[in-house]
Amino acid sequence: MVSDAEVASQTVNSAELGLAGWMRWIWRSLTSMKTALILLLLLAAAAIPGSVYPQRSADPNGVASYYKNNPELAKVLDWFQLFDVYGSIWFSAIYILLFTSLIGCVVPRTRVHWLAMLAEPVDAPARMQRFPAYAKVTAQTSEPAVLDRAEAHLRKGRYRVVRRKGSVSAERGYIRETGNLIFHFSLIGVLVAAGLGGGFSYNGQRVLVEGEVFVNNLASYDSFSPGVFFDENNLQPFWMALDKFEVDFDLQNTTNIGTPLDFRAFVTSKLAGGEKRESVIRVNEPLEVPGAHVYLTGNGYAPVLTFKDPDGQIAFSGPVIFLPQDANYTSLGVIKLPDAKPNQYGVLAFFYPTKEQLETGAFTSIYPDPVDPMLSMNLYVGNLGLDGGVPRNVFSLDTHGLEQVAGGKSGTKALMLKIGETKQLPGDLGSVTFNGLKRFASLDLAYNPGQVWVLVFAILAFIGLAISLSVPRRRIWVRKFESGFEVAALARNDDPRLEDIVANLVEAIAPKKGN
Amino acid sequence: MTDVKLDLELAQQSLVFIFASMVVYTVSFLIFAWHLTNIASNKGSGAVISTKLENIGFALFGFGALIHGAGVVMRGIAASRVPWANMYEFSISGAFVLVAIYLAFYRLRDIRIIAAFVNGFVLLILGAATTYFYVQVKTLMPALQSYWLVIHVTVAVLATAFFNIAAALSVAYLLRTSPRIASSTKKFVVGARRVLEFFPAEKTLERLQVRFNAVGLILWTFTLAAGAIWAERAWHRYWGWDTKEVWTFIIWVLYAGYFHATATRGWTGRRAAWLSLIGFTSVLFNFTIVNLFFKGLHVYSGL
Ligand code: HEM
Repeated sequence: MVSDAEVASQTVNSAELGLAGWMRWIWRSLTSMKTALILLLLLAAAAIPGSVYPQRSADPNGVASYYKNNPELAKVLDWFQLFDVYGSIWFSAIYILLFTSLIGCVVPRTRVHWLAMLAEPVDAPARMQRFPAYAKVTAQTSEPAVLDRAEAHLRKGRYRVVRRKGSVSAERGYIRETGNLIFHFSLIGVLVAAGLGGGFSYNGQRVLVEGEVFVNNLASYDSFSPGVFFDENNLQPFWMALDKFEVDFDLQNTTNIGTPLDFRAFVTSKLAGGEKRESVIRVNEPLEVPGAHVYLTGNGYAPVLTFKDPDGQIAFSGPVIFLPQDANYTSLGVIKLPDAKPNQYGVLAFFYPTKEQLETGAFTSIYPDPVDPMLSMNLYVGNLGLDGGVPRNVFSLDTHGLEQVAGGKSGTKALMLKIGETKQLPGDLGSVTFNGLKRFASLDLAYNPGQVWVLVFAILAFIGLAISLSVPRRRIWVRKFESGFEVAALARNDDPRLEDIVANLVEAIAPKKGN
Repeated sequence: MTDVKLDLELAQQSLVFIFASMVVYTVSFLIFAWHLTNIASNKGSGAVISTKLENIGFALFGFGALIHGAGVVMRGIAASRVPWANMYEFSISGAFVLVAIYLAFYRLRDIRIIAAFVNGFVLLILGAATTYFYVQVKTLMPALQSYWLVIHVTVAVLATAFFNIAAALSVAYLLRTSPRIASSTKKFVVGARRVLEFFPAEKTLERLQVRFNAVGLILWTFTLAAGAIWAERAWHRYWGWDTKEVWTFIIWVLYAGYFHATATRGWTGRRAAWLSLIGFTSVLFNFTIVNLFFKGLHVYSGL
């Protein structure tokens, strides 16, 4: 008898079975080759918009200017995450599905392959003549001798061979599937290593003038972007001084004058508890210290200036970073003197490494090395707004509400200085001296503990792929057949040599007369 | 102090050689085309004249390749570096590799019949290179001064050449297996069908296409990985979804899809051939449109 309780539990069971059945069906569809194919094509298509629209990760300025030029459209695009394609929900959904499918696909295949490698080559099938490569042999020799020869021939071809009663089965190219599995597993490795590595990574920027020292802590960076798992305490304690910066520009080849040939940053670095070390950083040749790679990303001039108040007090003294504006290093610098007496003022200055006056009267630089260097300065008097607590970009000067007292339409010419010169500032503001010229280097400090593993898995994937695409997998059978023998071969993939292989085997077991 | 000597004189001579090779290629192209029309119209006394014609075509094609190769080498000497640092140089070197690989395989495999297409395509590349992409020899910008320029770009050019030949085979395969061409009675199509009969069998076309794409994909995988290694040196991160990185990735995924198609029931044959063509179209797109019009870090078209 079936009790009510049992019936109830059975109904539940069958409902669960229905659900389980559904799940199994979904799982089976997800892990089918066709789904994998569609997901791969989708992934390729989904990657395209990221090359069309500027991406926040690679080109934040591009996104900002897109917003400025097409504010309405930008909002819509942003809603669809088209400025963050590779972190978007839809892109992630595709690759997560793809990798789920991948795992669901390769795990069972690994088991099957493992069993296949342990097992002997399968028995000769019943009807061999259906196979793509097939031959009949009438042999005079006795059966064992023929099969012996077949066995020897196949072993020489590095087949795994098994002799059964009246037949030989052979298989080779197991490593094809092994390579294929290594390839697919390594892709998972690449993804995981890239994800974790990104989480623990950081990168930060710092501009260093010749003679300055960088100490590796968060406060020393001009900008810093950590991954989600980054811990400040993991910053490697070390310091690094920029001793000298050199640039070579081409002066020889007429079509190439002024083109940079090489940038070199000479640095001295020291790890906590380590030895001092001198090295040269170049583009493509970062400095590697444990826990950080230091890359050279940019450079320019840093004129050393001294501003004095009318009473001789120093209002500012030191190198000022000038940002290059063109290939000949016409550079723009901003100095703000909020503490100058009697008035605070700001300076908007241009630096010309090799000055040349245009017909319009304006200056420009015609060569990037300091052959004939000159500074020109525009002065602005008024409230610089620095004590308002609003952070201002030191590379720009908001001239709104300021009075221009030198340069432009102020009536007073811009101040022109050569190295070593001192000039009085107009309006009894004091004086300025152009003491000398230094260079600066923009450095990128980055560390990604995952990238080594990404590389390891990428190499494994490459090897796996190369094996899988170049090793043929074949099965061959030889079997006694009424008046002779039959030979057949089958390949896992399209195999152009299959017929030749059968022909060679036939030749080996039943050599034609005269040979 | 770094010293580089650019030899403008030699660069000029290199250009002359490239033009000369284009002249020879034009002649061989006309011969191959004539050969095809002969087959199409069933004229000429049988296969004999055709093969003779074809042989002359190949001799000229090879001769053109020699001049072309000399031009490429001279360009490299003139610049004292590898001749593939801008689009012009990449085009002439890439076209040369394509010809070299094709000529290396034409004896081994029955792909002679696509000579007119390969030849025509090479002429097209050289034409575009000399007309639109030409730039004076320049030194390398520091970001490009790396042995990875040699490794990464050489392998990329090789991969492109293999994909290219595979794509030509895919076109042949698609034409050959097209039901519409098979059933048409239009005069032009009937002629084309006669040409197609000279092509290797469907199975052979398919097989060769898979083989060339396989080599292409292995090389492309290497290109992708080598690019990432170089990017770590030059741009401080191994991967950053720069436009060129995006397209390298897209191409890689498309060819991965292609290989899945060759192993998926219902997707082998014509569908796979279409995928092979889509893959190669993105390779071309990556080299032309992306280089010229997309913003990114790979800014060395030199234009
Ligand atoms: C990240 C996603 C994937 C990529 C990039 C990828 C790539 C490739 C490539 C390039 C091949 C051809 C080379 C070879 O035979 O080893 C291949 C083969 C193969 N893939 Fe994938 N795959 C992916 C996901 C999958 C998934 C999800 C499945 C299962 C549904 C799968 C199953 C297979 C199988 C069975 C083959 C062998 C085909 C043959 O016998 O030739 N792959 N894959």
